[in-house]
Amino acid sequence: MTNLAKAKSYKSDIKPIWCPGCGDFAVLSALTKAFAFLDLAKQDLAVISGIGCSSRLPAYFSSYGFHGIHGRALPIASGLKLARPELTVIASGGDGDGFSIGGNHFIHACRRNLDMTYIVMDNEVYGMTKGQASPTTQPDWASSKLTPHGTGVRPFQPAAIALASGASFIARAFSGDPNGMTKLIIAAIQHPGFSFIQVLSPCPTFRPEQKLWKHQVEAFPHEPTDDPVKAATRLYTDDGMSSGLIFQSNYPTWNKPEVAQTSVKQFEEEFVV
Amino acid sequence: MSTQNCTHSIAITGSGGSGAITVGNMLLQQAAKNSLYGFMRRSVGPQIRGGESAALLRLSDQPVFCPDDRFDLLIAFDWRNADRFALEIPLDSQSLIITDPASGEIPEVIQQSGAKIIEVPLKKMASAVSGGRINMVAVGLLTALLKMPAEVATDIISSTLVKKGEEAIKSSLDCFETGFNYELPGKLPCPQLMAAEPGIRWNISGNEAAGLGALQGGVRFVAAYPITPATEVLEWLSPRIEKIGGTLLQAEDELASINMAIGASFGGTVSMTSTSGPGLSLMSEGIGLAVASEIPLIVVNVTRGGPSTGIPTKSEQSDLNIALNGLHGDAPHLVLAPQNITDCIDTTRWAVQLAEALQTPAIVLTDQFQGQSRCITPVPESPDLAMARKVAQPEKDKVFERYAITESGISPMAIPGTADCSYTADGLEHKPSGQPSSIATDHHDQLDKRQRKLDLFEFGEKWADIHGDGQLAIITWGSSTAAVLEAAQRLKFTGQTVKVISIRLLAPAQVDSLEKELIGVNRLLVVEQSHSRQFYHYLRAHYTLPDKVNVFAEPGPLAITPGTITHAVQLLKGELS
Repeated sequence: MTNLAKAKSYKSDIKPIWCPGCGDFAVLSALTKAFAFLDLAKQDLAVISGIGCSSRLPAYFSSYGFHGIHGRALPIASGLKLARPELTVIASGGDGDGFSIGGNHFIHACRRNLDMTYIVMDNEVYGMTKGQASPTTQPDWASSKLTPHGTGVRPFQPAAIALASGASFIARAFSGDPNGMTKLIIAAIQHPGFSFIQVLSPCPTFRPEQKLWKHQVEAFPHEPTDDPVKAATRLYTDDGMSSGLIFQSNYPTWNKPEVAQTSVKQFEEEFVV
Repeated sequence: MSTQNCTHSIAITGSGGSGAITVGNMLLQQAAKNSLYGFMRRSVGPQIRGGESAALLRLSDQPVFCPDDRFDLLIAFDWRNADRFALEIPLDSQSLIITDPASGEIPEVIQQSGAKIIEVPLKKMASAVSGGRINMVAVGLLTALLKMPAEVATDIISSTLVKKGEEAIKSSLDCFETGFNYELPGKLPCPQLMAAEPGIRWNISGNEAAGLGALQGGVRFVAAYPITPATEVLEWLSPRIEKIGGTLLQAEDELASINMAIGASFGGTVSMTSTSGPGLSLMSEGIGLAVASEIPLIVVNVTRGGPSTGIPTKSEQSDLNIALNGLHGDAPHLVLAPQNITDCIDTTRWAVQLAEALQTPAIVLTDQFQGQSRCITPVPESPDLAMARKVAQPEKDKVFERYAITESGISPMAIPGTADCSYTADGLEHKPSGQPSSIATDHHDQLDKRQRKLDLFEFGEKWADIHGDGQLAIITWGSSTAAVLEAAQRLKFTGQTVKVISIRLLAPAQVDSLEKELIGVNRLLVVEQSHSRQFYHYLRAHYTLPDKVNVFAEPGPLAITPGTITHAVQLLKGELS
């Protein structure tokens, strides 16, 4: 099988609901290419999501998947990974799902550092509810009926928050650079720990100005570092419109302790007076 | 049980750190070793450390699962915050109070009872022993008062304090002896307890029992978030589940814990979480997801006083409504309630197995009263049931459909790792394949299927426990059952027969079964511990009841006692005006 044919075999026959020009198509495609490159068995792969346009992702794969509830992709994915550590688990979703309603889980999944990959398709807008400001929206974006004066709130800094929370692999990708994104996804899946990729994924419907991203996004101007202080400085001096691997370290992952095994009967004995 | 229980009710109170609970625990163990039974509640204030605490103990020659209406004895190490206890420790002129004159004046609220007061210089006796503690003097006093053998007590002291070292054991034994040999000018106002049939006894709390039942049922993944009074379920499970190949993880919040349990169960591992009212509220959306995506799991909800933060350390049966009706949409699921501490084992185990067999969430409703109380019980019977999840295997030339419409409503569930059966679980309404769908027929088919699983399943005899017979029936559920059963026993002793129906399987409602039990019943008394009559409204919603229905509904935090129920029965029979 050619690599392309193999990549295609990871797709289901369900047609995505996404609008033409949506950046999420490229993410779907890059993920299948990464799966093909890594030669993952479909039955040992699970894609988990919450709610939102990009959270529709799991059904578009021929692997196992879970399309859960808003904001809870990471807990569902974490539970699955804890119960079945041998599976490759990919959590995915959008910026509202991951950073707003699911923000607490984002912080703690980074801390816990389970060996899984979290891909957030960030378009700085709630698309499924027809265009409201998300945590990553600029404060002066006034095109939503809900916030006609703009949010006036500083945008959430996903990579910086991930770094502060203890994620061990932090990258930014751009859906307009599918090859670069595929490489980052491959590295993220291979990384033993919690890998976070913020994908700049334009919304042509509610944020048509994002079509210009293809002229704005550049390569992250530094080599990856394992020094969180360096990474933090770079993130704070960066405009967020760059792609590449930012930070990778070998922080310990949460592991099940090794303990001597017994039986439930033994626990019953403890109650005997 | 045809004879009336012989029981002693003893309250041991003191400020935090005074060791009141230790005394209760030691007496409970003595009861077990002396072929008796016992039951102990803990009453604690909201303080983390140093607040008041009380061991509310009842020893008996028969298994007991509820407090009596009154206390025979109160032994107080001090009187700080005694007003907070007064309502929980009803005393009367027959009762004894043992107090230390050094503790100062007995509060008015206690004195009013007219109980006989015996002054014992507890502090002085303890301080005569190097490193001596009042509570060990009390163990001695009480052991003698209850006419229990000293050797059993000293063995228990030695084994309990083994980690504290030789010196602590020596001083404790010396204090015990001082107390044991003290000549008390008074005795308990009840006959001496006679040993019941000998045999191995268990000492177990409801929270531990729920944990054990979960493991027996096959739970191997627990996501945990601490909350009073459910934390002990999780703390009991934590060091044990990892010894049988399972995993427990402390999550960041209840939203995470319910969804982690869903993820683990999707992965094929039998999963649970445990919480109390506020946590159950937060978990409700996740439980609904488990219904829609047909993921089995259990939630052990240890109810506390509500609404909102309510009374975290005290009991109530007021989470019934949210457990039954807290999910949005039409979301058939299981709600079960253990009827006493040991039944927490069986009902939780049954809940796990039902959830697995029916691929839907089960909420087990216990409460602080059951969860944090301990009892001495005969060794519970071994697990009998074997029900498992129907797991899908690939079939040749057939496309796997996770939510296939089947006669029973149950469709085989593929476990990740199984080739050619992959699917996406979905909380969106879906087609049999799992593909999202908003088409009316798909919605109706899936709603019917999820309901049918529960409607067609044969739940058997365990849906309720039925005791006795008569035209007057008391219907109750969960932790109120123990007091109702004892009330029925007392009524029987006076020649009055009542039928007791205690519902274990609250959802799905077992309409035909209950209506069969109500044939010949012309008067019904509903007993529950809620303010808004939640159980009564549930009964009205689902069942045809006799014409005459009375309701005994009292909110927490005071425990329902047998006497309040016999009183209610006499009222409705017109024997009292």
